[in-house]
Amino acid sequence: MPRVAFTRHLQRFFPDLADGEVPGATVREIVDELERRHPGLRSYLVDETGRLRRHVNVFVGEEPIRDREHLGDAVGPADQVFILQALSGG
Amino acid sequence: MSDHLVLGTRKGTLLLDRTSAGWKARPIAHAGMSISYAARDPRDGTLWAAMDHAHWGPKLSRSKDDGKTWENLSQIAYPKGARFIEQHLPTPGKDASNDPTTYKDAALLKVWVLAFGGRDEPGTIHAGTLPGGFFTSRDGGETWELNRALWNHESRGGDLFAGDATSRNQWGGTPAAMTYGEFVPGIHSIVVDPRDGKRMLVAVSCAGVLETTDGGATWSGRNKGMLNDYLPNPEAEWGHDPHFITQCAEQPDVLWQQNHSGVFTSKDGARTWARVSKNDVGVHFGFPVAADEKDGKTAWLVPAIGDDQRMAPKGGMFVARTTDGGATWEQMRQGLPQEDAYDVVYRHALDARGGRVCFGTTTGNVYVSEDRGATWACVGHHFPPVHSVRFAD
Repeated sequence: MPRVAFTRHLQRFFPDLADGEVPGATVREIVDELERRHPGLRSYLVDETGRLRRHVNVFVGEEPIRDREHLGDAVGPADQVFILQALSGG
Repeated sequence: MSDHLVLGTRKGTLLLDRTSAGWKARPIAHAGMSISYAARDPRDGTLWAAMDHAHWGPKLSRSKDDGKTWENLSQIAYPKGARFIEQHLPTPGKDASNDPTTYKDAALLKVWVLAFGGRDEPGTIHAGTLPGGFFTSRDGGETWELNRALWNHESRGGDLFAGDATSRNQWGGTPAAMTYGEFVPGIHSIVVDPRDGKRMLVAVSCAGVLETTDGGATWSGRNKGMLNDYLPNPEAEWGHDPHFITQCAEQPDVLWQQNHSGVFTSKDGARTWARVSKNDVGVHFGFPVAADEKDGKTAWLVPAIGDDQRMAPKGGMFVARTTDGGATWEQMRQGLPQEDAYDVVYRHALDARGGRVCFGTTTGNVYVSEDRGATWACVGHHFPPVHSVRFAD
């Protein structure tokens, strides 16, 4: 099962969020499962059209996902998914 | 008089209390998060903050215990199928007049302003957003609904949920949206008539002012008498750039508007406007305006030199006050910096209550007047850039 790791910044809003195994064959399925486990989390990662927020990055392994519109990138059982905030701000 | 202030800043929400030793700030809330607007609901005391989080998206936060704890709420979201006609910034050498109309799915970029319903409407809260949305909650902020009558207004192409545009879009983008990499319209002012919460005005950058008298079921433009300096027809119905509109609470038909093209006032509930700018006393460009609650002839502005510079005129700040409906303006400078000041005051960062007036600047300075603007005292020089200032009793 894929393993998901989060930026610690999200724990400010979701204190129970912890790295771990999350089922899913695509990034979108993993985000759907995360929303079931942590209601409201999806809106921190994607906007209401389903598009990844401009300053959020998701990696499968070391590769940034390509489909930021629909999160259709495939995830294998042995993959690690990283959900991070982009380097931006001021 | 109000002894409390709430500030929305670039780095969080600040509550300030007036003590025997002067105004004192409490520890910052939402530390590190940009707050686009913060205010207290006068009906039940709830504090509200619109978080403009760069990474995780815009979110609302509220406190029901005077700022001791805050809870993050569900997201304001555009419904599926909410589209708008895309705006394109002019590109040198490109004639866009024959380009096909293109549409974009709406996603929330920013909650720009919050307004509270009438005393007869407990739980009703309104929000103005980018891109160009007017949302209402009837349950104290638990759920929000896009006002479709305004979203589908003929001035923006008609009902795009149903299909292609049926009229010409008259709503232009606001430079305030370019922070988000987009050029879309925004609603920054919501005025609720204290006599009847179903009567509201909204101001849109860039389109103008619209009114509803039936709780948002229908909307009409209210821009008669408005003038603009940047379109071929200065009296065009649409295309105006109101920076902020506000109301005299006890004479609700008196309205004030700081516009890109000067200062305007209305004595008939926005049916007609008249320009009252006095360039010879430095009153023309600026962002905020505050109205006295009792006297419809008294209002305050913080002018800026503009629109090519957008900072304090000649390096010296002043507040402009009229007590005769805009016929004359006084420059109030006592206590404000008169050299090397580059501050500008955003549209929501000036407020007046019971003779006290307060403003905060992009440079992080906050000033309060206890005598209707005649003299000013600095509350602090080192606040984050200030987005909004509201008295909070």
